[in-house]
Amino acid sequence: MTLLMTIFAAIICTILWYKKPRNDEMKISMLCLMFWGASLMWLVDAVFEYVEIGAELFTPSFADMMNDFYLGLSVIALGLATWLVILMIKDPKGVLKATLFKKK
Amino acid sequence: MGCFIIPAAEAVVATIAYQVIKSKEKSAMPFKKDVGLAVTTDKRLPFSHKLKWLTNMLWGGSFLLAFEHVWHGEVIPWFPFLTAMNNPADMAEMLHEMATAGTLMSVLVTAVWACMVLITSKVEKRPTKKPTLPSI
Repeated sequence: MTLLMTIFAAIICTILWYKKPRNDEMKISMLCLMFWGASLMWLVDAVFEYVEIGAELFTPSFADMMNDFYLGLSVIALGLATWLVILMIKDPKGVLKATLFKKK
Repeated sequence: MGCFIIPAAEAVVATIAYQVIKSKEKSAMPFKKDVGLAVTTDKRLPFSHKLKWLTNMLWGGSFLLAFEHVWHGEVIPWFPFLTAMNNPADMAEMLHEMATAGTLMSVLVTAVWACMVLITSKVEKRPTKKPTLPSI
């Protein structure tokens, strides 16, 4: 579930980036790469789990699925929050700078 | 258990390499004195830019994976930070996981990045299309 949610987040971010590839002021590419990197790592994790427990991997219990669902949501929220913090620090559009140092 | 440590270690090395290559590229770039701007006629992406893709994937992936380990109680905010370190049997299992899953994660991310670089290089080598006159 976590892997699936991260892959979907990565796909959505890639589509958003593809719409405006030349104008990456919002640093969407960074968010894409972050989610793709995590997806690849969880894919390896899933393969190892599959080797260990077999087809049981695809039939998790309801409690496990809910836990994974909340984890997936939290991972996406953390990824977005991290991206937002980096965006605010780099401030490519100068919005924060303009707001903070606005002459009264 | 601690598989994210290997990609994180690779991320550190890749970030150092990125900084070194970036500074080398900057110093190698021709400098226009009167304008004070670096100018280049090369339309290809600098290698440091491509290396940034790898660092973003490695840092982002290992950070989110580390969070998953915190979620499952495998990483704690106090010493020794990894719960597996408290027990020799768990420690052996953790080291095995790092050697197998952790290494494979790093290899897979690096392989995907290498493919991205190869494809980009091929696209950059393509001749740019000249505007054609409409046929009458």
